[in-house]
Amino acid sequence: MMNDWDVIVVGAGPAGIKAGEELAKRRLKTLVIDRKQEIGAPKRCGEGLSDRWVTVSGLKPDPTWARQYINGAILISPKGKKIVIDSEKMGRTGYIIERKMFEKFLAANAIRAGAKFLLKTNVEDLVMEDGFVKGVVANNMGDTLELRSKVVVAADGVDSRIGRMAGLNTLLPLAEMDSGFQYEMAGVDLLDPHKMELYFGKSVAPRGYVWVFPKGEDVANVGVGISGTDEKTAREYLDRWLENNKRFENASIIEVNAGGIPVTKPVDEFVGNGILLTGDAARMVNPIHGGGMGTALEAGGMLADVIKEAIEENNVSKEKLKKFQDIWMEKHGKEFANVLKVRHFFEKLNDEQLEAIADIVVKGKISPDVFVELSHGQGLGKIAKGIIKSSPSIAKLIFEFIKR
Amino acid sequence: MVAVVNRDKCMYCGACTSVCPKLALELLETRIKVYADKCIDCGLCVKACPVGAIRLEERK
Repeated sequence: MMNDWDVIVVGAGPAGIKAGEELAKRRLKTLVIDRKQEIGAPKRCGEGLSDRWVTVSGLKPDPTWARQYINGAILISPKGKKIVIDSEKMGRTGYIIERKMFEKFLAANAIRAGAKFLLKTNVEDLVMEDGFVKGVVANNMGDTLELRSKVVVAADGVDSRIGRMAGLNTLLPLAEMDSGFQYEMAGVDLLDPHKMELYFGKSVAPRGYVWVFPKGEDVANVGVGISGTDEKTAREYLDRWLENNKRFENASIIEVNAGGIPVTKPVDEFVGNGILLTGDAARMVNPIHGGGMGTALEAGGMLADVIKEAIEENNVSKEKLKKFQDIWMEKHGKEFANVLKVRHFFEKLNDEQLEAIADIVVKGKISPDVFVELSHGQGLGKIAKGIIKSSPSIAKLIFEFIKR
Repeated sequence: MVAVVNRDKCMYCGACTSVCPKLALELLETRIKVYADKCIDCGLCVKACPVGAIRLEERK
């Protein structure tokens, strides 16, 4: 095992694998390591990926991982009103993927580009010299390895330990995390096998929603995300929802998943001397729907350019690497800040108010497309205008909120 | 008190490790390792856990 690398990437999820590929393509000697014995499993994910991100990542949907074509969503209000979003006409289609196959597919691409992988390898410490991260000390199946590099990329997920070891504040406040729980189920009676179902309401999922993401004609990821501060567990909410839902009478579980979902802003600092955070570790996650695969994949190319330049100039200081954060924030910072605002507005609404909003959409006062806009941090104004006659109090809330 | 993980319930998803202010919990391949000396029994991990696998127990 060679132990001198240009870059060591810790964490072989979408962010780390894609970073590995992009770094290797730039002729940097790159090692990707992961604590697990298998890439892609266990998943902590609803597995939705939009076409836009597939394209941005330079990929084509491949049948080995693109399980089910998705052309829209059905939102279900607390009282059961259904709002159907046809995203095909908006050019926003996507797939429910098989994470395990997807990540192995990505890893094969990275390896073709020249990256090396090492699994079942847990980082125990960072190699620190003169205030710079210079590699990692890792346990590889019982053997301690000192792996040295010019730069370490921490792609170790929402529970990023590497970032914190390097002194970056990646601690996630409990109130800014959703607690997630999911079953992959077969024998599911889907409303539409090509549409994602999202159920809202305080009793269904306080501060979050229940999702049903089709992976086939009768297979789906059925999950819930709730506020981390809730007294009850995510599992309790999901089990109760399934018990009360006759459509799932004949469904049964083929996989159980759990995880914390960051629903907040990106971390304040993505970078330190010789280290850089990406993906969930930097919280590149849309704080409304919790999706983070797309931005994680896209970040690979961005960080590889910055690292390539830094290594060529023999300057991997925090100041130099900060260019990555600047590029990322320039592209997504404003949008994600708006998305977070929209999220905070909806968190304040009770079920009755949610119902009133669903009502004006069902009655055709505003297009269901507004919910797609909301997930991009836009559209609150449209809702205010549509609802001003039927529920002036909600319109007032929105106007006051926008002004702030 | 100290955080104790029920290994039968644990999904080793890492939700607890993300919110632990003291790095007292570490996600390993199929378990959560608790560093009892670092635990300050704040209980954040107990709430974060999606399946209720963590409890605070008296230190032995």
